[in-house]
Amino acid sequence: MELITPDFGLLFWMTLAFGIVFFVLAKFAFPVINGMLKKREEEINASLENAKHIHEEMEKMQERNKQILAQAREEYDKMIAEGRQAHDAYIDEAKKRANEEKERMVETAKEAIEHEKMAAVTEVKNQIADISIKVAEKILGKELSSDKEQLDYINRLLQEIEERNPKA
Amino acid sequence: MRYDFIKKNNIKHFILTLYFLISFICFTPLMSYAENSSQSKELEEAEERLEKVEESFDAGELIFDHILDSYDWHICTWKGKHISIYLPIIVYSEGELYCFSSKHFHHDHQYVVKDKNGDDVVFEIPSEGKYEGKVVRIMSDGSEKRPLDISITKTVCGLLISCTLLIIIFMIVAKSYRRNEERAPKGLQALIEPLVIYVRDDIARPNIGKDYEKYLPYLLTVFFFIIFNNFLGLIPFFPFGANITGNISVTAVLALFTFCITTFTGKKHYYQDIFNTPGVPWWLKFPLPLMPVIEVVGCFIKPFVLAVRLFANITAGHIVVLGFICMIFILGEMSAAAGGAMSVLSVILAIFVDCLEMLVAYIQAYVFTLLSAIYFGMAAKEEEH
Repeated sequence: MELITPDFGLLFWMTLAFGIVFFVLAKFAFPVINGMLKKREEEINASLENAKHIHEEMEKMQERNKQILAQAREEYDKMIAEGRQAHDAYIDEAKKRANEEKERMVETAKEAIEHEKMAAVTEVKNQIADISIKVAEKILGKELSSDKEQLDYINRLLQEIEERNPKA
Repeated sequence: MRYDFIKKNNIKHFILTLYFLISFICFTPLMSYAENSSQSKELEEAEERLEKVEESFDAGELIFDHILDSYDWHICTWKGKHISIYLPIIVYSEGELYCFSSKHFHHDHQYVVKDKNGDDVVFEIPSEGKYEGKVVRIMSDGSEKRPLDISITKTVCGLLISCTLLIIIFMIVAKSYRRNEERAPKGLQALIEPLVIYVRDDIARPNIGKDYEKYLPYLLTVFFFIIFNNFLGLIPFFPFGANITGNISVTAVLALFTFCITTFTGKKHYYQDIFNTPGVPWWLKFPLPLMPVIEVVGCFIKPFVLAVRLFANITAGHIVVLGFICMIFILGEMSAAAGGAMSVLSVILAIFVDCLEMLVAYIQAYVFTLLSAIYFGMAAKEEEH
């Protein structure tokens, strides 16, 4: 059967052709292709490794950022709290001071009023004394022999008035 | 008259006549030849026409014409005329090389040249006998002698075309790898690359082990050679379609390469396993070297099986596809309606088988490469790990 009998001519040509194909491809094509594939594979692996590394780094950084943020928030809160405290303290202080001032001013005013009152009372006393003298002079119709006697007399009268009327 | 029956286009008579004629031609070739010379010209013409019709009938001949090798490449038959490419015949006989076109055999029965002594040298392609369809030299005593025949036959021609294409394709791919360095593959490169990686990672590396890089170029060459020729064999148009991987000589050479590489790269451990197989009782080796004999025979059977498997698978696929196509014509000659109906079914079946063949084309390339890799793995194995 021709079908299953190897033919010499074909064996010859096949050996030659396949030999040449094998030689050419093994020498010029496959080393290049395999070399490049290997190189690319290594590059991809390196890139992946690198990406992983970067990812880790980023995660670390994110963690740090979070920490920093938390710290900042804490500080902020603290500052706000401190500010509020300072504010409150300041207001308290101001209020206290204003109160003190007010009190002092009231005190001063009271003193001044007292003073004025005393002065006015003294003035009134003196005037009343003058008027009393004049009234007494007029009532008595006569001048007392000496001023000393007059004054004693008047003081006595005034004491009597005060005893009768202590509120004045 | 038979001639008239055809003219009337009476199918019944026509078929009857053809049956008659086929049996006539088949069983009494010499008689019909003798009769032809004495009969009228009209009858001769009629017979010639009928012979042409009869040719399209013979599915077996058509299929084997495709499967087997030939000295010309038959492209198609147009209006009863064969359109073929006549390939060169190269023979070496009695110390002299003869080179001539196979066209000579289509004009005349024989081809006669003068040798260096001025004597006639007669070549012939006998239509029967031991050397049927092969170029033989008719010696002076009338006996046939087969010369050393290295003609560029159809298969050789197809082989040379596919090898050239293979080299061109891989040169282009290698070039694009050089130019396209460190970039994603594209074009032809992207088509080849997954296959290269597949052969490397799924065939070579797991079966051979750490030495795989040494064998990788051969495995890749074999894989691409087989898959490429398998696919080209499925294309039914001229520069392709030669039955290359479905030819035992081609697969035999491939298997021989695998055998040689296995044998010559075999390490100590490989031969130790053959001649002193471990784990086998001593009495299977010592007085009668039963195991070594089996192992040595096995070494030769392995490549033989490789060759036969590839050849048989591809040939069978081609026969089935052609069989389905031939059914159209066989039924068509019986009745036009049957042929028409069959053509639809046949084309569907042929497409199905063609798809199957594409799968087979890949699987056979894979199996051949895989088994080669396994044999290399055995050869390259170091001491027990």
